[in-house]
Amino acid sequence: MKWEVVIGLETHAQLSTKSKMFSGASTAFGAAPNTQACAVDIALPGVLPVANKAAVECAIRFGLAVGGADGLSRRSVFARKNYFYPDLPKGYQISQYELPIVKSGEIPIVSPTRGEIKIRLTRAHLEEDAGKSLHEGFHDFTGIDLNRAGTPLLEIVSEPDMCSADEAVSYARALHALVRWIDICDGNMQEGSFRCDANVSVRRPGEPLGTRREIKNLNSFRFLQQAIEFEAKWQIETLESGGKIEQATVLFDPDTGETRAMRSKEDAHDYRYFPDPDLLPLVISEEWIAKIAESVVAVGTPQVRKNEYIGSYGLSSQDAWQLVKSRETADYFDKVMARLGKHEAKLCANWMNGELASVLNRDSLDITQSRVSSAQLADLLARVRDGTLSNKMAKEVFDAVWAGEGDPDAIIEKRGLKQISDSGELEKFCDQVIAANAKQVEDYRAGKDKAFNSLVGQAMKLSKGKANPQQVSEILKRKLAS
Amino acid sequence: MIPYAAPIFKASLPVFMALTLDDVRRVAHLARVAIDDAEARAVLSQLNDVFRLVAEMQAVDTAGVEPMSHALDVTQRLRADAVTEADQHAAFQSVAPHVEGDLYLVPKVIE
Amino acid sequence: MHNATIKSLAADLAARKFSSVELTRHLLSRIRALNPKYNCFITVDDAASLKQAQAADDLRAAGRAGPLTGIPIAQKDIFCAKGWLTTCGSKMLSSFISPYDAHVVEQLNGAGAVNIGKTNMDEFAMGSSSETSFYGPVRNPWNADNVPGGSSGGSAAAVVARLAPGAIGTDTGGSIRQPAALSGICGLKPTYGVVSRYGMIAFASSLDQGGPMARTAEDLAIMMNVMAGFDARDSTSLERAREDYTGEIGKAVKGLKIGLPKEFFAEGAEAGVTGAVAAAISAYRKLGCETVEVSLPSMKLAVPVYYVLAPAEASSNLARYDGVRYGHRAQDYADLTDMYKLTRAQGFGQEVKRRILIGTYVLSHGYYDAYYIQAQKVRRLVARDFAEAFRRCDVIMGPTSPTTAFRLGEKVDDPVKMYLNDIYTIPANLAGLPGMSVPCGFDGSGLPVGLQIVGNYFAEAKMLGIAHQYQQATDWHLRVPPGCEG
Repeated sequence: MKWEVVIGLETHAQLSTKSKMFSGASTAFGAAPNTQACAVDIALPGVLPVANKAAVECAIRFGLAVGGADGLSRRSVFARKNYFYPDLPKGYQISQYELPIVKSGEIPIVSPTRGEIKIRLTRAHLEEDAGKSLHEGFHDFTGIDLNRAGTPLLEIVSEPDMCSADEAVSYARALHALVRWIDICDGNMQEGSFRCDANVSVRRPGEPLGTRREIKNLNSFRFLQQAIEFEAKWQIETLESGGKIEQATVLFDPDTGETRAMRSKEDAHDYRYFPDPDLLPLVISEEWIAKIAESVVAVGTPQVRKNEYIGSYGLSSQDAWQLVKSRETADYFDKVMARLGKHEAKLCANWMNGELASVLNRDSLDITQSRVSSAQLADLLARVRDGTLSNKMAKEVFDAVWAGEGDPDAIIEKRGLKQISDSGELEKFCDQVIAANAKQVEDYRAGKDKAFNSLVGQAMKLSKGKANPQQVSEILKRKLAS
Repeated sequence: MIPYAAPIFKASLPVFMALTLDDVRRVAHLARVAIDDAEARAVLSQLNDVFRLVAEMQAVDTAGVEPMSHALDVTQRLRADAVTEADQHAAFQSVAPHVEGDLYLVPKVIE
Repeated sequence: MHNATIKSLAADLAARKFSSVELTRHLLSRIRALNPKYNCFITVDDAASLKQAQAADDLRAAGRAGPLTGIPIAQKDIFCAKGWLTTCGSKMLSSFISPYDAHVVEQLNGAGAVNIGKTNMDEFAMGSSSETSFYGPVRNPWNADNVPGGSSGGSAAAVVARLAPGAIGTDTGGSIRQPAALSGICGLKPTYGVVSRYGMIAFASSLDQGGPMARTAEDLAIMMNVMAGFDARDSTSLERAREDYTGEIGKAVKGLKIGLPKEFFAEGAEAGVTGAVAAAISAYRKLGCETVEVSLPSMKLAVPVYYVLAPAEASSNLARYDGVRYGHRAQDYADLTDMYKLTRAQGFGQEVKRRILIGTYVLSHGYYDAYYIQAQKVRRLVARDFAEAFRRCDVIMGPTSPTTAFRLGEKVDDPVKMYLNDIYTIPANLAGLPGMSVPCGFDGSGLPVGLQIVGNYFAEAKMLGIAHQYQQATDWHLRVPPGCEG
């Protein structure tokens, strides 16, 4: 390999609180401009911040889910990050710097090239969001809406442990699933509730890390993928043609698929961090941690649930990962399994990760909006298992349930979709096929396996697709062997 | 608790490092304060007087002393997560230099 | 009535000798007559004050009056008061009508006090002379060629000139105590966290503390009962049981152990100051107090520490003044950065800009540890000195300021000289301890001298009692500046 790509992600997850990080203003999305920016948010002279307990609790939940109690700082400190920008009313952002609330952790992911790996977290810290700058609509001006200013964020920083855009996306998806799973973030990427900055550099194998460029504000997995791929390719081409990489903050343009350095270069990035004197050290007690840990154990994590599926159902890691992509998906799976035997797990996983996932995706629905309920899927799979339905028929029934035609058994009844498993009837079909296809019979007996498939197909055709293909093939084999 | 001790001055006093005009310009830019050359020169000598005074403190041996951020050893009180603030944008924006369509306007920002 | 204390005014109001409206009218007319000379007030709003006075009289008629009901109190223009121009002495906020009340203002309003006007001050409380105000310097009623001290100089001058019986101020490095001393009144800086900072425009958040200014310690206690208290909107506000600050007013001081830090008496103070302070300490001995020499070895480091920490915090606290949401905005600019730079260059005065530059420098990359962290460490040494001293004494006494009121313009262009005027007051801010100043005599030029009392954490009531006993034995606080007798 000529080049290695090294990627680290900084993810901002908006915490699901009613009020802001340091003020009592609402965090609801989509309000009219500046109607949710209170005195504290617009930084009137004399106002002061007070930290939101629920936001701190979210950070603790996250810390417990990624690294357990050992990864939590019992004492963390809010610091000011000083810089001037019109959407930053105080002239500083309250964040955490030297002492973040979460000091370690890891996110397991499945890499397409390296299999199951763990991405280490450098830290996760609480901070407040900035407002929004609106560049359209005014000629020489930018409009500032401070509704978002002060919204609580958890900034989750990974180590540079990823080596491809695919891995970065796997990590982002795993993190996205986790924060939703433990109820600390709604994960709505269109609304900016979950957004990533990607630090990308390239190097020759064995050499020290190259100079990195930071791609800002990627708010979809697709953009994340495209931006990293473009950026890595650009860096490699630049170096190969004798150029140098300068450290820079870059933006991704979804229209062109390219990255470009920001024009307003934040001068020298001297943020002058220092502990915020308006806020005191954030101390979290063992009792509080223990109480939150109970609720984290109760909801589990994707990781824990995935291991359960592998352990008790013998599912593959690949299948299990897909079932835990959200807590709702896993809950759906559990409900289906509650009506089926333990041995149907693989069948159920195949259906959920296959047919169900694809129609949900086609109709842009999430699993809670599925038009096939967990009970209906369980009934359908039971009919597959008992031989009533062939796979092909089952898909037809599934589509009919999806279309709202009723429960699987009613549809089977109405459409007369019962598979023919009566051996007498099937023997008749088989005899007819053998009689009418002397050439294929001869070929099969001469060792041409392909001929056999054609015979099965003929039998199925005779039954109008209702014959149980497994039984047909058994009968044919027996008859042809004699 | 570290036992009480009178301040000990380091044996070798650090040499007072005078600021330069470039320092003044750099800092004025960081702080977003326009400053012309005459002002920068005048302020430079005043700042150096202040930093000469500050140098006394830099000479103290503080090994093992915890930095003191707050007067009292208390911890952050946490607020219940409740919306307590109503919309007051009309009152707040009545003192704003430039507002249109309920947005604060600033000279065009180029990203 | 303008010579009366808050306590006696309250008694007279209760006895219906006069109404709050009458009292307020009287003081407003004095302000009209004398303010042009002393420039104590930035904003006076007769209609607003009289409306509050009327409301106070109504409250009294309804039988719901408290000790401050109907009492006119001047407010330093650093406290946000709803509907009032609140400038902090700066051009930057010269058009800022506050849309909300500071906690202290809410408390005063709730008690039925009358806001008699917003007082002049050093811009953003940065100064020790009240000369850096955008609204021109305040003059000392004892000698109009001299400063009243600062930064709460407008409040101090208003109280001594009998334009208000009490005022509120703020103290970051001595800004209540030093002007109290230089103007000849009492002033208390409470323990950090006792008075809410909400709505008090920030200078240096870890040091700022609001407090009362009046002519007697007993009046300070009455005001503290209203001003102090927990406020959930200030994270540094302390949750403590409500305290009666008048509780030790009548208590004898016999047996009290007064610590005299040798560093307070070693060098630097003017003879007129040391003489008056020594006499005051003798008076306490006569009242049965014991004195013991203590030492605050790190005290001389307090000013250098302060001039790292306070500007650092200020440089960040003042970043919000950017011409976007309120306050001054420059007219002609090339782009956004230019707009920021011109707005701030025009909106802030020289001293504020100087401190912003100092603070930005000490926090900037490569200097933070050497300046900011080192200053925080030495701050702890200063606090430890006090802890050690309080093992040997009940309170500490010494001069409030090394000088009496100096002449206008004398120090304004020499920041270091100005800064050293706060050498005795800054240590208490660094430690977060309560400190107060009590008038204790006059120097050879007839300018007042202040005695500083520093107590242990939460010793305000005790200190007020100690000061009260001294004021019972002396009459310095009854002296009226020439021209203010009325």
